[in-house]
Amino acid sequence: MNRRQFLKIAGASTVLGLGGASAVNGFRLGVPAAARMSLDPRALTAKRWGFVVDVSRLRTEEDYQKCIDACHNIHNVPTFKNDLQHEVKWIWKENFEATFPGTEHEYMNAEFKEKKFLVFCNHCKEPACVRVCPTKATFKREDGIVMQDMHRCIGCRFCMAACPFGARSFNYLDPRGKNPDGSPLIRVQSQTYPTRTIGVVEKCIACYERLAIGQQPACVEASNGAILFGDLEDPNSEVRKVIGEKYTVRRKPELGTQPSIYYVIGGSEHA
Amino acid sequence: MYNGGKIIAGLAVFLAFFLFPFYYNLGKANARPELKTDTPAIREWAQKYGKKECVESKDFMRAEHMQLLNDWRDSVVRDGNRIYTNAEGRHHLMSLQNTCLNCHSNKKEFCDKCHNYMAVKPYCFNCHVEPKENKS
Repeated sequence: MNRRQFLKIAGASTVLGLGGASAVNGFRLGVPAAARMSLDPRALTAKRWGFVVDVSRLRTEEDYQKCIDACHNIHNVPTFKNDLQHEVKWIWKENFEATFPGTEHEYMNAEFKEKKFLVFCNHCKEPACVRVCPTKATFKREDGIVMQDMHRCIGCRFCMAACPFGARSFNYLDPRGKNPDGSPLIRVQSQTYPTRTIGVVEKCIACYERLAIGQQPACVEASNGAILFGDLEDPNSEVRKVIGEKYTVRRKPELGTQPSIYYVIGGSEHA
Repeated sequence: MYNGGKIIAGLAVFLAFFLFPFYYNLGKANARPELKTDTPAIREWAQKYGKKECVESKDFMRAEHMQLLNDWRDSVVRDGNRIYTNAEGRHHLMSLQNTCLNCHSNKKEFCDKCHNYMAVKPYCFNCHVEPKENKS
């Protein structure tokens, strides 16, 4: 065999090797051609989902905890006892300074200095986490929800560095594991929703699985009216009415991420 | 051949080890896994509709279930589409935990049987919650 013949054979076998399988089998389709996939007719839809949190309606410890438990229980979010380093949270409490940094001052109303604010993923219009994700595991849906595809997450944590609100948690430990005292990290295992695995990032996904079957997000349902949910682009929606009537603020608006959670500060008594 | 005896002896020892799995299993019939589809939900379905049927035909599911599950996942997570209309026009909710495992609540006798036999280790259940096996 001379050099020319050798190169010919080598070239042909490379081409066959690269494209051979699909040339022989064709591209496989996952579902039969006649099958279709569509939206559930019960699904709630919007142009851009948003939340309004009425701060004055969350007063007692129980008011906050009801919302947090509703979310964390149905989504199998682990609770780490006395272990802030490994904490995983979708919705949680922050003080004024951490919620609205730069707006605190020395003569501030004592009530607000002490008050806790319910915070969760802002589902920003311009989400920084989506821009940095190298695998498109986190992406913005058509309806404005910033979604996290756990199947694709490689655990690089770029999104955690990018998110200015600390809304994302990393699973440093196996969420199906146990606390040092032997109690399971997932207190009540929901059979209808998956857990996560070690090494992925998770966050609030605006209960996309509940919207898909026509239910409001879990925190909204448990909040007894303190959290409203609706379409920000529909001028007749309840959220838009409240935003139009009352003075509302968003977290860190100067960063330009356009958060979709509006906080009613001062509430109905003071406004 | 130099050191012929040693080389041949060495080759014989090598072949003896290398071929061990083959002659060890020679003549033993390795039964193919028999899947059980006898669960309460499937029995109920069979009673209601007169036959056992999956979201697609048995042959299709056997060959393509992994690809189907991938497509379901992408459709649900990416597009929010949850309703699957199969080739016959019947609707199903696209959900591994709430549809597949609702009928196949015997994961040990169904999924694991084949996957163990084929030494395939899908990582579905690192996150998705396994059904509480029916011990009855």
